[in-house]
Amino acid sequence: MNGLTRGSAAIVGAAESDIGAVAANMSPLDLMAQGIHRALADCGLKLKDVDGIFCAATQARTSAMSMCEYLHLPSAYTDSTIVGGSSFEVHVAHAQAALAAGLCSVAVIAYGSTQRTVGRRQASAREYNPYETPFRPFLPSTAYALAASRHMHEFGTTREQLAEVAVAAREWALLNPVAWEKKPLTIAEVLSARPISYPFTVRDCCLITDGGGAIVMMSADRARSMAKPPVYVLGCGQVITHASISSMPNLTLTGARESGAAAYRVARMRETDIDVLELYDAFTINTILFLEDLGFCPKGEGGPFVSGGRIGPKGSLPVNTNGGGLSYCHPGMYGLFLLIEAVRQLRGECGARQVAQAETALVHGNGGVLSAQATVILGTQAAL
Amino acid sequence: MTMANAPTSPLTTYLEYLEKGELGYQFSPEANAAVFYPRVICPFTGSDRLEWRIGKGMGTVHATTVVYPQKGDPYNVALIDIDEGFRMMSRVEDVPPLDVRIGMRVKFRVHQAEGDEPPYPVFTPAEVAP
Repeated sequence: MNGLTRGSAAIVGAAESDIGAVAANMSPLDLMAQGIHRALADCGLKLKDVDGIFCAATQARTSAMSMCEYLHLPSAYTDSTIVGGSSFEVHVAHAQAALAAGLCSVAVIAYGSTQRTVGRRQASAREYNPYETPFRPFLPSTAYALAASRHMHEFGTTREQLAEVAVAAREWALLNPVAWEKKPLTIAEVLSARPISYPFTVRDCCLITDGGGAIVMMSADRARSMAKPPVYVLGCGQVITHASISSMPNLTLTGARESGAAAYRVARMRETDIDVLELYDAFTINTILFLEDLGFCPKGEGGPFVSGGRIGPKGSLPVNTNGGGLSYCHPGMYGLFLLIEAVRQLRGECGARQVAQAETALVHGNGGVLSAQATVILGTQAAL
Repeated sequence: MTMANAPTSPLTTYLEYLEKGELGYQFSPEANAAVFYPRVICPFTGSDRLEWRIGKGMGTVHATTVVYPQKGDPYNVALIDIDEGFRMMSRVEDVPPLDVRIGMRVKFRVHQAEGDEPPYPVFTPAEVAP
Protein backbone atom coordinates (compact mmCIF):
# COMPACT_ATOMS: atom_id res chain seq x y z
CA MET A 1 0.00 0.00 0.00
CA ASN A 2 2.39 2.66 -1.17
CA GLY A 3 1.18 6.20 -0.71
CA LEU A 4 -0.67 5.72 2.57
CA THR A 5 0.58 7.75 5.50
CA ARG A 6 1.32 6.06 8.81
CA GLY A 7 -1.41 6.90 11.30
CA SER A 8 -3.48 9.12 8.97
CA ALA A 9 -6.69 7.27 9.82
CA ALA A 10 -8.09 5.51 12.86
CA ILE A 11 -10.71 2.97 13.81
CA VAL A 12 -13.11 4.63 16.25
CA GLY A 13 -15.95 2.12 16.50
CA ALA A 14 -16.14 -1.68 16.41
CA ALA A 15 -18.88 -4.21 17.07
CA GLU A 16 -20.11 -7.66 16.22
CA SER A 17 -23.64 -8.25 15.04
CA ASP A 18 -25.38 -11.26 16.52
CA ILE A 19 -23.03 -14.17 16.00
CA GLY A 20 -23.06 -17.94 16.34
CA ALA A 21 -26.53 -19.08 15.33
CA VAL A 22 -28.71 -16.05 14.57
CA ALA A 23 -32.50 -15.74 14.58
CA ALA A 24 -34.42 -17.48 11.81
CA ASN A 25 -34.73 -15.46 8.60
CA MET A 26 -32.13 -12.88 9.56
CA SER A 27 -30.39 -11.88 6.32
CA PRO A 28 -26.72 -11.05 5.77
CA LEU A 29 -27.85 -7.45 5.23
CA ASP A 30 -29.67 -7.45 8.58
CA LEU A 31 -26.45 -8.55 10.24
CA MET A 32 -24.41 -5.88 8.47
CA ALA A 33 -26.91 -3.20 9.47
CA GLN A 34 -26.93 -4.46 13.05
CA GLY A 35 -23.13 -4.38 13.12
CA ILE A 36 -23.07 -0.84 11.71
CA HIS A 37 -25.67 0.32 14.24
CA ARG A 38 -23.67 -1.10 17.14
CA ALA A 39 -20.32 0.15 15.86
CA LEU A 40 -21.75 3.67 15.46
CA ALA A 41 -23.15 3.49 19.00
CA ASP A 42 -19.70 2.39 20.15
CA CYS A 43 -18.20 5.70 18.99
CA GLY A 44 -21.20 8.01 19.45
CA LEU A 45 -22.03 8.61 15.78
CA LYS A 46 -25.36 8.43 13.93
CA LEU A 47 -26.20 6.71 10.67
CA LYS A 48 -26.53 10.11 8.93
CA ASP A 49 -22.84 10.77 9.68
CA VAL A 50 -21.80 7.84 7.47
CA ASP A 51 -20.70 8.71 3.93
CA GLY A 52 -18.56 5.70 3.05
CA ILE A 53 -19.65 2.05 2.81
CA PHE A 54 -17.05 -0.70 2.47
CA CYS A 55 -18.43 -4.22 2.57
CA ALA A 56 -18.21 -7.73 1.18
CA ALA A 57 -20.44 -10.78 1.47
CA THR A 58 -20.74 -14.08 -0.35
CA GLN A 59 -24.53 -14.00 -0.06
CA ALA A 60 -24.98 -10.49 -1.51
CA ARG A 61 -23.39 -10.10 -4.91
CA THR A 62 -23.73 -6.33 -4.91
CA SER A 63 -23.36 -5.84 -1.18
CA ALA A 64 -22.47 -2.13 -1.21
CA MET A 65 -25.45 -1.34 -3.42
CA SER A 66 -27.73 -3.35 -1.17
CA MET A 67 -26.42 -1.59 1.94
CA CYS A 68 -26.90 1.86 0.37
CA GLU A 69 -30.54 0.93 -0.15
CA TYR A 70 -30.98 -0.67 3.27
CA LEU A 71 -29.46 2.29 5.11
CA HIS A 72 -30.75 4.90 2.65
CA LEU A 73 -27.33 6.35 1.94
CA PRO A 74 -27.64 7.12 -1.79
CA SER A 75 -24.54 9.34 -1.98
CA ALA A 76 -22.17 7.19 0.03
CA TYR A 77 -18.76 6.40 -1.40
CA THR A 78 -18.82 2.63 -1.99
CA ASP A 79 -16.27 -0.16 -2.24
CA SER A 80 -17.25 -3.82 -2.25
CA THR A 81 -13.86 -5.26 -3.08
CA ILE A 82 -14.01 -8.99 -2.43
CA VAL A 83 -10.89 -11.12 -2.20
CA GLY A 84 -12.26 -13.67 0.25
CA GLY A 85 -11.78 -13.52 4.00
CA SER A 86 -9.13 -10.81 3.89
CA SER A 87 -11.46 -8.39 2.07
CA PHE A 88 -11.89 -6.37 5.25
CA GLU A 89 -8.17 -5.84 5.82
CA VAL A 90 -8.04 -4.61 2.22
CA HIS A 91 -11.02 -2.37 2.97
CA VAL A 92 -9.05 -0.76 5.82
CA ALA A 93 -6.37 0.30 3.35
CA HIS A 94 -8.97 1.41 0.80
CA ALA A 95 -10.86 3.37 3.45
CA GLN A 96 -7.66 4.99 4.62
CA ALA A 97 -6.97 6.06 1.04
CA ALA A 98 -10.54 7.30 0.51
CA LEU A 99 -10.45 9.28 3.76
CA ALA A 100 -7.10 10.85 2.81
CA ALA A 101 -8.44 11.76 -0.64
CA GLY A 102 -11.57 13.33 0.80
CA LEU A 103 -13.87 10.82 -0.90
CA CYS A 104 -15.61 10.20 2.42
CA SER A 105 -15.24 11.34 6.04
CA VAL A 106 -16.87 8.52 8.03
CA ALA A 107 -16.30 5.06 6.59
CA VAL A 108 -17.96 1.90 7.82
CA ILE A 109 -16.57 -1.53 6.96
CA ALA A 110 -19.23 -4.21 7.34
CA TYR A 111 -19.84 -7.94 6.92
CA GLY A 112 -22.72 -10.33 7.43
CA SER A 113 -23.29 -14.04 6.84
CA THR A 114 -25.92 -16.60 7.71
CA GLN A 115 -23.73 -19.49 6.64
CA ARG A 116 -24.68 -21.75 9.53
CA THR A 117 -28.40 -21.20 9.07
CA VAL A 118 -28.60 -21.58 5.28
CA GLY A 119 -25.74 -24.08 4.87
CA ARG A 120 -22.26 -23.66 3.48
CA ARG A 121 -23.19 -24.71 -0.03
CA GLN A 122 -25.81 -22.01 -0.36
CA ALA A 123 -23.82 -19.32 1.48
CA SER A 124 -20.70 -19.62 -0.66
CA ALA A 125 -21.29 -21.63 -3.81
CA ARG A 126 -18.09 -22.74 -5.53
CA GLU A 127 -17.32 -21.71 -9.09
CA TYR A 128 -16.63 -24.57 -11.48
CA ASN A 129 -12.94 -24.83 -12.29
CA PRO A 130 -12.32 -27.29 -15.14
CA TYR A 131 -8.75 -27.88 -13.90
CA GLU A 132 -9.72 -28.68 -10.30
CA THR A 133 -13.41 -29.48 -9.86
CA PRO A 134 -13.25 -32.94 -11.56
CA PHE A 135 -10.95 -34.13 -8.77
CA ARG A 136 -13.54 -33.22 -6.11
CA PRO A 137 -11.31 -31.25 -3.74
CA PHE A 138 -13.32 -30.45 -0.61
CA LEU A 139 -12.67 -26.74 -0.76
CA PRO A 140 -11.33 -24.83 0.99
CA SER A 141 -10.14 -27.60 3.37
CA THR A 142 -8.38 -29.70 0.73
CA ALA A 143 -6.33 -26.75 -0.51
CA TYR A 144 -5.03 -25.97 2.96
CA ALA A 145 -4.46 -29.69 3.59
CA LEU A 146 -2.23 -29.84 0.48
CA ALA A 147 -0.18 -26.95 1.86
CA ALA A 148 -0.01 -28.71 5.24
CA SER A 149 1.17 -31.94 3.58
CA ARG A 150 3.98 -30.04 1.96
CA HIS A 151 4.93 -28.28 5.21
CA MET A 152 5.05 -31.66 6.98
CA HIS A 153 7.19 -33.09 4.17
CA GLU A 154 9.66 -30.21 3.97
CA PHE A 155 10.02 -29.32 7.64
CA GLY A 156 8.88 -32.35 9.62
CA THR A 157 5.86 -30.51 11.01
CA THR A 158 3.61 -32.97 12.86
CA ARG A 159 -0.13 -33.37 13.30
CA GLU A 160 0.42 -32.81 17.04
CA GLN A 161 1.98 -29.43 16.28
CA LEU A 162 -0.98 -28.51 14.08
CA ALA A 163 -3.25 -29.57 16.94
CA GLU A 164 -1.39 -27.21 19.31
CA VAL A 165 -2.85 -24.34 17.30
CA ALA A 166 -6.39 -25.61 17.79
CA VAL A 167 -5.84 -26.19 21.49
CA ALA A 168 -4.41 -22.68 22.03
CA ALA A 169 -7.38 -21.16 20.17
CA ARG A 170 -9.75 -23.14 22.38
CA GLU A 171 -8.06 -21.95 25.55
CA TRP A 172 -8.48 -18.34 24.44
CA ALA A 173 -12.10 -19.03 23.49
CA LEU A 174 -12.84 -20.26 27.00
CA LEU A 175 -11.98 -16.72 28.17
CA ASN A 176 -14.34 -15.11 25.64
CA PRO A 177 -18.00 -15.10 26.74
CA VAL A 178 -19.32 -14.87 23.15
CA ALA A 179 -17.12 -17.63 21.71
CA TRP A 180 -18.99 -20.51 20.06
CA GLU A 181 -16.97 -23.29 21.70
CA LYS A 182 -17.37 -23.65 25.46
CA LYS A 183 -15.52 -26.86 26.33
CA PRO A 184 -11.79 -27.55 26.76
CA LEU A 185 -9.97 -29.36 23.95
CA THR A 186 -6.90 -31.63 24.04
CA ILE A 187 -4.36 -32.53 21.39
CA ALA A 188 -5.57 -36.14 21.52
CA GLU A 189 -9.14 -34.99 20.86
CA VAL A 190 -8.02 -32.97 17.83
CA LEU A 191 -6.17 -35.97 16.38
CA SER A 192 -9.02 -38.43 16.94
CA ALA A 193 -11.80 -36.17 15.64
CA ARG A 194 -13.60 -36.89 12.35
CA PRO A 195 -11.13 -36.72 9.43
CA ILE A 196 -11.90 -34.08 6.80
CA SER A 197 -8.95 -33.87 4.42
CA TYR A 198 -5.70 -35.43 5.60
CA PRO A 199 -3.90 -34.26 7.78
CA PHE A 200 -6.90 -32.28 9.03
CA THR A 201 -9.66 -33.47 11.29
CA VAL A 202 -12.71 -31.33 11.91
CA ARG A 203 -10.82 -29.72 14.82
CA ASP A 204 -8.12 -28.44 12.47
CA CYS A 205 -10.84 -26.61 10.53
CA CYS A 206 -12.63 -23.37 11.29
CA LEU A 207 -16.13 -23.28 12.67
CA ILE A 208 -19.19 -22.80 10.51
CA THR A 209 -21.24 -20.10 12.23
CA ASP A 210 -23.41 -17.13 11.36
CA GLY A 211 -22.19 -13.67 12.14
CA GLY A 212 -21.25 -10.18 11.07
CA GLY A 213 -20.12 -6.86 12.34
CA ALA A 214 -18.68 -3.48 11.46
CA ILE A 215 -15.93 -1.04 12.23
CA VAL A 216 -15.99 2.75 11.79
CA MET A 217 -13.00 4.66 10.40
CA MET A 218 -12.23 8.36 10.08
CA SER A 219 -9.23 10.67 9.83
CA ALA A 220 -6.88 10.61 12.81
CA ASP A 221 -7.54 14.30 13.54
CA ARG A 222 -11.27 13.84 13.86
CA ALA A 223 -10.89 10.50 15.65
CA ARG A 224 -9.45 12.19 18.73
CA SER A 225 -12.86 13.77 19.46
CA MET A 226 -14.73 10.45 19.55
CA ALA A 227 -16.08 8.60 22.58
CA LYS A 228 -13.25 6.10 22.91
CA PRO A 229 -9.49 6.29 22.30
CA PRO A 230 -8.69 5.95 18.58
CA VAL A 231 -6.93 2.89 17.23
CA TYR A 232 -4.59 4.18 14.55
CA VAL A 233 -3.88 2.47 11.25
CA LEU A 234 -0.09 2.39 11.24
CA GLY A 235 0.54 0.29 8.14
CA CYS A 236 -1.16 -1.89 5.55
CA GLY A 237 0.09 -4.33 2.94
CA GLN A 238 -1.53 -6.77 0.54
CA VAL A 239 -0.57 -9.28 -2.09
CA ILE A 240 -2.48 -11.82 -4.18
CA THR A 241 -0.24 -14.71 -5.20
CA HIS A 242 -2.86 -16.93 -6.87
CA ALA A 243 -6.55 -17.84 -6.82
CA SER A 244 -6.63 -21.65 -6.97
CA ILE A 245 -4.30 -23.88 -4.97
CA SER A 246 -2.83 -25.55 -8.06
CA SER A 247 -1.46 -22.12 -9.04
CA MET A 248 0.09 -21.25 -5.65
CA PRO A 249 3.76 -20.50 -6.41
CA ASN A 250 5.11 -22.08 -3.21
CA LEU A 251 2.83 -24.07 -0.91
CA THR A 252 4.88 -23.33 2.21
CA LEU A 253 5.57 -19.63 1.63
CA THR A 254 2.53 -17.36 1.63
CA GLY A 255 2.04 -13.82 0.44
CA ALA A 256 2.07 -12.81 4.11
CA ARG A 257 5.84 -12.46 3.73
CA GLU A 258 5.26 -9.60 1.28
CA SER A 259 2.11 -8.09 2.76
CA GLY A 260 3.71 -8.15 6.21
CA ALA A 261 6.91 -6.54 4.96
CA ALA A 262 4.89 -3.76 3.34
CA ALA A 263 2.88 -3.14 6.51
CA TYR A 264 5.99 -3.17 8.72
CA ARG A 265 7.70 -0.73 6.37
CA VAL A 266 4.87 1.81 6.52
CA ALA A 267 4.44 1.30 10.28
CA ARG A 268 8.22 1.59 10.78
CA MET A 269 8.03 -1.52 12.95
CA ARG A 270 9.18 -5.11 13.04
CA GLU A 271 7.75 -8.22 14.61
CA THR A 272 9.37 -7.52 17.98
CA ASP A 273 7.31 -4.30 18.21
CA ILE A 274 3.99 -6.20 18.11
CA ASP A 275 2.12 -6.84 21.38
CA VAL A 276 -0.84 -8.91 20.15
CA LEU A 277 -1.48 -10.89 16.94
CA GLU A 278 -4.76 -11.66 15.24
CA LEU A 279 -4.00 -14.14 12.42
CA TYR A 280 -6.63 -15.59 10.11
CA ASP A 281 -6.86 -19.18 11.39
CA ALA A 282 -9.22 -20.84 8.95
CA PHE A 283 -7.13 -23.99 9.43
CA THR A 284 -4.41 -24.90 11.91
CA ILE A 285 -1.67 -24.68 9.25
CA ASN A 286 -2.53 -20.99 8.68
CA THR A 287 -1.30 -19.82 12.06
CA ILE A 288 1.99 -21.70 11.60
CA LEU A 289 2.53 -20.31 8.09
CA PHE A 290 1.71 -16.74 9.10
CA LEU A 291 3.91 -16.80 12.22
CA GLU A 292 6.77 -17.83 9.94
CA ASP A 293 6.02 -15.47 7.09
CA LEU A 294 5.44 -12.47 9.37
CA GLY A 295 8.83 -13.03 11.01
CA PHE A 296 7.90 -14.44 14.42
CA CYS A 297 9.95 -17.59 13.79
CA PRO A 298 12.18 -18.85 10.97
CA LYS A 299 10.62 -20.61 7.97
CA GLY A 300 9.83 -24.21 8.80
CA GLU A 301 10.00 -23.77 12.57
CA GLY A 302 6.37 -22.82 13.10
CA GLY A 303 5.48 -26.30 14.38
CA PRO A 304 8.00 -26.36 17.24
CA PHE A 305 7.32 -22.63 17.81
CA VAL A 306 3.61 -23.12 18.64
CA SER A 307 4.28 -26.15 20.84
CA GLY A 308 4.00 -26.14 24.62
CA GLY A 309 1.18 -23.61 24.61
CA ARG A 310 3.35 -20.70 23.47
CA ILE A 311 0.50 -18.93 21.64
CA GLY A 312 -2.17 -19.76 24.24
CA PRO A 313 -3.31 -17.57 27.15
CA LYS A 314 -0.47 -18.82 29.36
CA GLY A 315 2.15 -18.58 26.62
CA SER A 316 4.63 -15.85 25.74
CA LEU A 317 3.06 -14.69 22.45
CA PRO A 318 -0.67 -13.81 22.45
CA VAL A 319 -2.20 -15.00 19.17
CA ASN A 320 -5.92 -15.05 18.29
CA THR A 321 -7.06 -13.83 21.66
CA ASN A 322 -10.79 -14.12 20.92
CA GLY A 323 -10.49 -17.86 20.21
CA GLY A 324 -10.06 -17.35 16.47
CA GLY A 325 -11.91 -18.84 13.57
CA LEU A 326 -11.20 -22.24 15.10
CA SER A 327 -13.16 -21.69 18.33
CA TYR A 328 -14.82 -18.25 18.49
CA CYS A 329 -16.70 -17.55 15.27
CA HIS A 330 -16.22 -18.18 11.55
CA PRO A 331 -19.07 -17.24 9.25
CA GLY A 332 -17.32 -17.85 5.92
CA MET A 333 -15.23 -14.70 5.76
CA TYR A 334 -13.53 -14.02 9.08
CA GLY A 335 -11.37 -10.98 8.40
CA LEU A 336 -13.57 -8.36 10.07
CA PHE A 337 -13.52 -10.20 13.39
CA LEU A 338 -9.72 -9.99 13.51
CA LEU A 339 -10.01 -6.21 13.34
CA ILE A 340 -12.74 -6.03 15.98
CA GLU A 341 -10.68 -8.09 18.43
CA ALA A 342 -7.52 -6.05 17.79
CA VAL A 343 -9.42 -2.81 18.46
CA ARG A 344 -10.80 -4.19 21.71
CA GLN A 345 -7.37 -5.42 22.84
CA LEU A 346 -5.83 -2.01 22.14
CA ARG A 347 -8.62 -0.32 24.08
CA GLY A 348 -8.20 -2.70 27.02
CA GLU A 349 -11.79 -3.95 26.77
CA CYS A 350 -11.11 -7.69 26.77
CA GLY A 351 -11.63 -8.69 30.39
CA ALA A 352 -10.26 -12.14 31.23
CA ARG A 353 -8.46 -12.44 27.89
CA GLN A 354 -6.96 -8.94 27.94
CA VAL A 355 -3.28 -8.79 26.96
CA ALA A 356 -1.43 -6.52 29.41
CA GLN A 357 -0.11 -3.22 28.02
CA ALA A 358 -1.23 -3.93 24.46
CA GLU A 359 -0.21 -0.86 22.44
CA THR A 360 0.30 -2.49 19.02
CA ALA A 361 -1.57 -5.22 17.18
CA LEU A 362 -0.86 -7.05 13.96
CA VAL A 363 -3.95 -8.20 12.06
CA HIS A 364 -3.39 -10.61 9.22
CA GLY A 365 -6.19 -11.50 6.84
CA ASN A 366 -6.21 -14.46 4.47
CA GLY A 367 -8.55 -14.89 1.52
CA GLY A 368 -9.32 -17.71 -0.88
CA VAL A 369 -6.95 -20.66 -0.51
CA LEU A 370 -3.91 -18.86 0.96
CA SER A 371 -4.46 -16.53 -2.00
CA ALA A 372 -5.11 -12.94 -0.90
CA GLN A 373 -2.95 -11.91 2.04
CA ALA A 374 -3.50 -8.56 3.74
CA THR A 375 -1.74 -7.25 6.83
CA VAL A 376 -2.84 -4.28 8.97
CA ILE A 377 -0.80 -2.93 11.86
CA LEU A 378 -2.79 -1.00 14.44
CA GLY A 379 -1.68 1.00 17.46
CA THR A 380 -2.79 3.20 20.32
CA GLN A 381 -1.87 6.86 20.79
CA ALA A 382 1.26 5.65 22.61
CA ALA A 383 2.34 3.74 19.49
CA LEU A 384 1.66 6.60 17.09
CA MET B 1 -2.53 -9.88 -39.46
CA THR B 2 -3.26 -10.78 -35.87
CA MET B 3 -6.33 -12.78 -35.12
CA ALA B 4 -8.84 -11.05 -32.92
CA ASN B 5 -10.12 -14.29 -31.53
CA ALA B 6 -8.53 -17.66 -31.11
CA PRO B 7 -10.30 -20.21 -33.32
CA THR B 8 -10.91 -22.44 -30.31
CA SER B 9 -10.82 -21.74 -26.60
CA PRO B 10 -7.84 -22.88 -24.53
CA LEU B 11 -10.07 -25.30 -22.61
CA THR B 12 -11.52 -26.83 -25.78
CA THR B 13 -8.04 -27.44 -27.17
CA TYR B 14 -6.93 -28.98 -23.88
CA LEU B 15 -9.94 -31.31 -23.86
CA GLU B 16 -9.37 -32.27 -27.49
CA TYR B 17 -5.86 -33.47 -26.56
CA LEU B 18 -7.32 -35.47 -23.66
CA GLU B 19 -9.86 -37.05 -26.02
CA LYS B 20 -6.85 -38.30 -28.01
CA GLY B 21 -5.20 -39.60 -24.86
CA GLU B 22 -2.65 -36.80 -24.72
CA LEU B 23 -1.69 -34.30 -22.02
CA GLY B 24 -1.60 -31.00 -23.90
CA TYR B 25 -0.13 -27.87 -22.38
CA GLN B 26 0.96 -24.47 -23.55
CA PHE B 27 4.49 -23.20 -23.97
CA SER B 28 5.50 -19.57 -24.15
CA PRO B 29 8.49 -19.18 -26.49
CA GLU B 30 9.20 -15.65 -25.25
CA ALA B 31 9.22 -16.72 -21.60
CA ASN B 32 10.78 -20.10 -22.44
CA ALA B 33 8.36 -21.61 -19.94
CA ALA B 34 5.37 -23.92 -19.76
CA VAL B 35 2.01 -22.28 -19.04
CA PHE B 36 -0.71 -24.14 -17.19
CA TYR B 37 -3.70 -23.87 -16.93
CA PRO B 38 -4.19 -23.03 -20.62
CA ARG B 39 -5.03 -19.37 -21.31
CA VAL B 40 -5.24 -16.78 -24.08
CA ILE B 41 -2.19 -14.79 -23.04
CA CYS B 42 1.10 -15.71 -21.41
CA PRO B 43 1.12 -14.57 -17.76
CA PHE B 44 4.89 -14.07 -17.85
CA THR B 45 5.11 -11.80 -20.89
CA GLY B 46 1.59 -10.70 -21.78
CA SER B 47 2.10 -12.11 -25.27
CA ASP B 48 -0.72 -13.95 -27.02
CA ARG B 49 1.80 -16.24 -28.73
CA LEU B 50 1.41 -19.56 -26.96
CA GLU B 51 2.28 -22.88 -28.54
CA TRP B 52 0.61 -26.15 -27.71
CA ARG B 53 2.86 -29.03 -26.80
CA ILE B 54 2.25 -32.60 -25.69
CA GLY B 55 3.81 -33.82 -22.49
CA LYS B 56 5.41 -37.25 -22.07
CA GLY B 57 2.99 -37.85 -19.23
CA MET B 58 5.45 -38.29 -16.37
CA GLY B 59 5.39 -36.37 -13.13
CA THR B 60 6.16 -36.28 -9.42
CA VAL B 61 3.72 -35.90 -6.54
CA HIS B 62 4.26 -32.43 -5.03
CA ALA B 63 1.54 -32.44 -2.38
CA THR B 64 -1.15 -34.93 -1.40
CA THR B 65 -4.26 -35.25 0.72
CA VAL B 66 -7.09 -37.69 1.28
CA VAL B 67 -10.63 -36.35 1.26
CA TYR B 68 -13.12 -38.07 3.59
CA PRO B 69 -16.57 -37.41 2.14
CA GLN B 70 -19.65 -37.66 4.33
CA LYS B 71 -20.83 -40.44 2.01
CA GLY B 72 -18.60 -42.79 0.06
CA ASP B 73 -14.98 -43.87 0.25
CA PRO B 74 -12.01 -41.61 0.96
CA TYR B 75 -10.13 -40.53 -2.16
CA ASN B 76 -6.85 -38.90 -3.09
CA VAL B 77 -6.34 -35.33 -4.33
CA ALA B 78 -2.80 -34.37 -5.28
CA LEU B 79 -0.74 -31.68 -6.94
CA ILE B 80 1.52 -33.19 -9.58
CA ASP B 81 4.68 -31.55 -10.93
CA ILE B 82 4.80 -32.54 -14.58
CA ASP B 83 8.28 -33.14 -16.01
CA GLU B 84 7.77 -30.48 -18.69
CA GLY B 85 7.65 -27.81 -15.99
CA PHE B 86 4.13 -27.19 -14.79
CA ARG B 87 1.95 -28.21 -11.87
CA MET B 88 -1.62 -29.49 -11.95
CA MET B 89 -4.25 -30.85 -9.61
CA SER B 90 -5.15 -34.51 -10.14
CA ARG B 91 -5.33 -37.76 -8.20
CA VAL B 92 -3.20 -40.86 -7.98
CA GLU B 93 -5.12 -44.08 -8.61
CA ASP B 94 -4.35 -47.81 -8.25
CA VAL B 95 -2.92 -47.29 -4.76
CA PRO B 96 -4.69 -46.67 -1.41
CA PRO B 97 -5.14 -42.88 -1.09
CA LEU B 98 -3.12 -42.62 2.14
CA ASP B 99 -0.20 -44.44 0.47
CA VAL B 100 0.32 -41.67 -2.06
CA ARG B 101 3.61 -40.03 -1.09
CA ILE B 102 5.22 -36.71 -1.91
CA GLY B 103 8.08 -37.39 -4.30
CA MET B 104 6.40 -40.47 -5.81
CA ARG B 105 6.93 -40.78 -9.58
CA VAL B 106 3.62 -41.02 -11.43
CA LYS B 107 2.39 -41.64 -14.95
CA PHE B 108 -0.53 -39.94 -16.72
CA ARG B 109 -3.62 -41.62 -18.09
CA VAL B 110 -6.94 -40.25 -19.26
CA HIS B 111 -9.98 -40.79 -17.12
CA GLN B 112 -13.02 -41.15 -19.34
CA ALA B 113 -15.72 -39.56 -17.25
CA GLU B 114 -19.32 -40.72 -17.19
CA GLY B 115 -22.01 -39.39 -19.52
CA ASP B 116 -21.50 -35.87 -20.87
CA GLU B 117 -18.64 -35.01 -18.55
CA PRO B 118 -15.34 -34.22 -20.23
CA PRO B 119 -12.31 -36.49 -19.77
CA TYR B 120 -9.65 -35.52 -17.26
CA PRO B 121 -6.09 -36.57 -16.46
CA VAL B 122 -5.32 -38.93 -13.57
CA PHE B 123 -2.07 -40.57 -12.52
CA THR B 124 -0.85 -43.98 -11.41
CA PRO B 125 2.42 -44.90 -9.70
CA ALA B 126 5.18 -45.29 -12.28
CA GLU B 127 7.05 -48.57 -12.18
CA VAL B 128 10.22 -48.26 -10.18
CA ALA B 129 13.32 -49.06 -12.24
CA PRO B 130 15.09 -52.19 -10.95
